[in-house]
Amino acid sequence: MSALLRHRLTWPVLALVLLLLLNQLFRADFLSVRIQDGHLYGSLIDILRNGAPTILIALGMTLVIASRGIDLSVGAVAAIAGAISCMYIYSSPDPSSWQTAAMGVTIAVVAGLALGLWNGFLVSVIGIQPIIATLVLMTAGRGLAQLVTDGQIISVSNDSYQAIGAGFFLGLPIAILIAAGAFGVAGLLTRRTALGTLIEAVGINPVASRLAGIDARTITWTVYVFSGLCAAVAGLMISSNVTAADANNAGLYIEMDAILAVVIGGTSLAGGRYSLVGTLVGALIIQTLTTTVYTLGVPPEATLVFKALVVIIVCLLQSSRARTLFRQRRRPVTEQSQVKVAI
Amino acid sequence: MSESTPVVDMKGISIAFPGVKALDGVDFRLFPGEVHALLGENGAGKSTLIKALTGVYAVDDGTITVLGARQSFGTPAEAQAAGISTVYQEVNLCPNLSVEENILLGREPRRRGGIHWRNVRRKAEEVLDQLQLGHIDPRSVLSSHSIAVQQLIAIARAMQVEARVLILDEPTSSLDADEVQQLFSVIRTLRDRGVAILFVSHFLEQVYEVSDRMTVLRNGRLVGEYLTADLPRMGLISKMIGKELDALAELEEAESRRQPDRAERTPFLQAEGLGRKGSVRDVTITVHAGEILGLAGLLGSGRTETARLLFGADRADQGRLSINGSVRTLRTPRSAIDRDIAFSSENRKEEGLISDLSVRDNLILAMQAGKGWWRRVPRSTQDQLAEQFIETLDIRPANKDALIRDLSGGNQQKVLLARWLITEPKLLILDEPTRGIDIGAKTQIQKLISGLASGGMSIVFISAELEEVLRLSDTIAVLKDRHMVADIPNDGVTMEDVMTVIAGTGA
Ligand SMILES: Nc1ncnc2c1ncn2[C@@H]1O[C@H](COP(=O)(O)OP(=O)(O)OP(=O)(O)O)[C@@H](O)[C@H]1O
Ligand SMILES: [Mg+2]
Repeated sequence: MSALLRHRLTWPVLALVLLLLLNQLFRADFLSVRIQDGHLYGSLIDILRNGAPTILIALGMTLVIASRGIDLSVGAVAAIAGAISCMYIYSSPDPSSWQTAAMGVTIAVVAGLALGLWNGFLVSVIGIQPIIATLVLMTAGRGLAQLVTDGQIISVSNDSYQAIGAGFFLGLPIAILIAAGAFGVAGLLTRRTALGTLIEAVGINPVASRLAGIDARTITWTVYVFSGLCAAVAGLMISSNVTAADANNAGLYIEMDAILAVVIGGTSLAGGRYSLVGTLVGALIIQTLTTTVYTLGVPPEATLVFKALVVIIVCLLQSSRARTLFRQRRRPVTEQSQVKVAI
Repeated sequence: MSESTPVVDMKGISIAFPGVKALDGVDFRLFPGEVHALLGENGAGKSTLIKALTGVYAVDDGTITVLGARQSFGTPAEAQAAGISTVYQEVNLCPNLSVEENILLGREPRRRGGIHWRNVRRKAEEVLDQLQLGHIDPRSVLSSHSIAVQQLIAIARAMQVEARVLILDEPTSSLDADEVQQLFSVIRTLRDRGVAILFVSHFLEQVYEVSDRMTVLRNGRLVGEYLTADLPRMGLISKMIGKELDALAELEEAESRRQPDRAERTPFLQAEGLGRKGSVRDVTITVHAGEILGLAGLLGSGRTETARLLFGADRADQGRLSINGSVRTLRTPRSAIDRDIAFSSENRKEEGLISDLSVRDNLILAMQAGKGWWRRVPRSTQDQLAEQFIETLDIRPANKDALIRDLSGGNQQKVLLARWLITEPKLLILDEPTRGIDIGAKTQIQKLISGLASGGMSIVFISAELEEVLRLSDTIAVLKDRHMVADIPNDGVTMEDVMTVIAGTGA
């Protein structure tokens, strides 16, 4: 039992289950999943599908944070990716063909990779603090996206493109499949190779890692490029879901949700050991919270406060675990008499 | 020394960590006005006993009495407030703050709510002077100093408080003879003022020189408490390791090693006038395969800086370096490692340990870095290497999955040494490889080094212990004031000879 309590995932999973049960209390059909037209439907599926962009971005964020960095630019990168693909489709001679959609997606993904390269360059080569380096793109990125869309909201109608965010494959939303696939690949890539350990080593002690011969620059660069990639794909999902690119509002504050998901999942902002599964649970908690707000009918003004409260509670639960686990500081035996110092 | 009441009286102290019983019913007393040495092998429980006393760990069992009152400190700060000042084994300062800030952190003299900086400086200078460290600029950033100086500053910080009890966990592990003497004279002054001093060291000469009483631990159990005068060295060693051992004889055992033939082949490494602005200069050395080059010099003479240049940790901007006959510029550690050079740093916490990773991950790290991230060392190889080196170096606990942060200081050091041995380098640069290692393991590591050299590995060896340098090296390069002054072949030179050169009269 105590081993279970100390496991890094226990509290987040418990919080997620409680949130789901809370919803079930208020809406009897909450946990039910039905099949309609060969597709799965239900609140749980909605949570997964709407949460897919956050899950994806949080995945990239986890590796960045593990390496002792942070990527604030993901929301802006998502907006840029959506803007580029929509603009490409919008202005192409054949805006409804699947080839156009594929080309738009490819260009947007390449742009995401390039922006990740840029962040990685600032951090690993120039040596700018990650929070500042990515702040540059966080603020400038929305401007870039606006330049691309010319300040307009670009609507497109292309069935193939729409499938990314809203389509189904084998009964499951494609967005979920993409996010799951990304998780699988990242998990394999980091744990089957040495990448995961090396990222952790750099995050825990960059100086010692360099002296041990780890090419920290490449590692750092890799995680930012991966984060850029995840953000771009998330941006495609978001814009595809609403069949439009909104430079100002697409992916707004998603970096905060992603960072929260990582932290709730048990990865320390100080870098080092990370847990992809933890991040997944964290992202699901965040998304479920958003859903819960609607289920409970929390007034919109109170939504953010409500979210914040739950997040604080989860973090507090975890920190007591962190205390016992990391500092090995066990409470003194309580019945022990505490004699006052009398000199 | 009065047999009055002890200032500290610990009875039946037990502390268990998952899988390890670190302390098992240990009694410990500390009297005012005495220097009390706490002794035992690596992992015996010395640091844990200290941490139990100062509130870092809560005890599972047992009682702690300080100045006649039962205590269980919740935090080190409470222990400090009760008059116990501690220097922990790993330097626990803030690398980015200045020396003076570190010395007075949390106790800054104040004036009208703000910090009275002039007084901060004055007080810092006072304590530094007391330790004969007047040459250190109190405004300089802590991390700009060597680990030895940082250790001295940590001691200065501990002495700045008016303490009843001063605890020093391996304060001398990286100090040269001179600094040790300075520290001891301060310790004696404090003792005569009635302060109780707890002192941990693996240097038995130092223990016999400065301590009045000793307590020996073995495997977390108390072996006994003795007056230093009553327990001769041999007896102490056998109490520490738990068996009668001809340790001294083994220690003195002559190293018969095949002399490398210098004339024949091209040297593995050759430096000519190598240097770096603001660091060291004039480093001219030659290391052949199978040769051990010792670097000697005082604290701050540039030994570590030299090692860093040879490893590419700092980039040289003067002179020439050739490896295997061809001229090379080492820009990064990576480029040195690719040429089969390895470097084990003296600063194990900042430059060695990946604290949150397991012993296995730490052991394998340099090898893995060499292969690149996509070619993971297979788990079976990892396990096999980890088991092999845990056994060879007697790393305790023998658990490859333990987090390295949970190992005792000496055992961490062994892991870091093994990290480089695993990569089978051609040149191994060792900066204080035996720092904090117990007397038995030290002999063993010295033998290992000498054996590696016999097998053809070149070694650059740095140690604050001149005796150790002399025993192992074929050649001794002497550094002074950050440049190299002499290159002495080790055929029958004595400590005195080298000391003369170091002191400067012979150069
Ligand atoms: N936080 C911890 N978690 C788990 N095990 C620990 C922890 N701290 C110490 N240990 C274990 O307790 C034992 C005693 O360690 P301790 O650091 O007290 O040894 P030591 O006598 O100071 O050794 P050294 O001479 O190497 O410094 C060791 O086996 C060590 O691995
Ligand atoms: Mg210790």
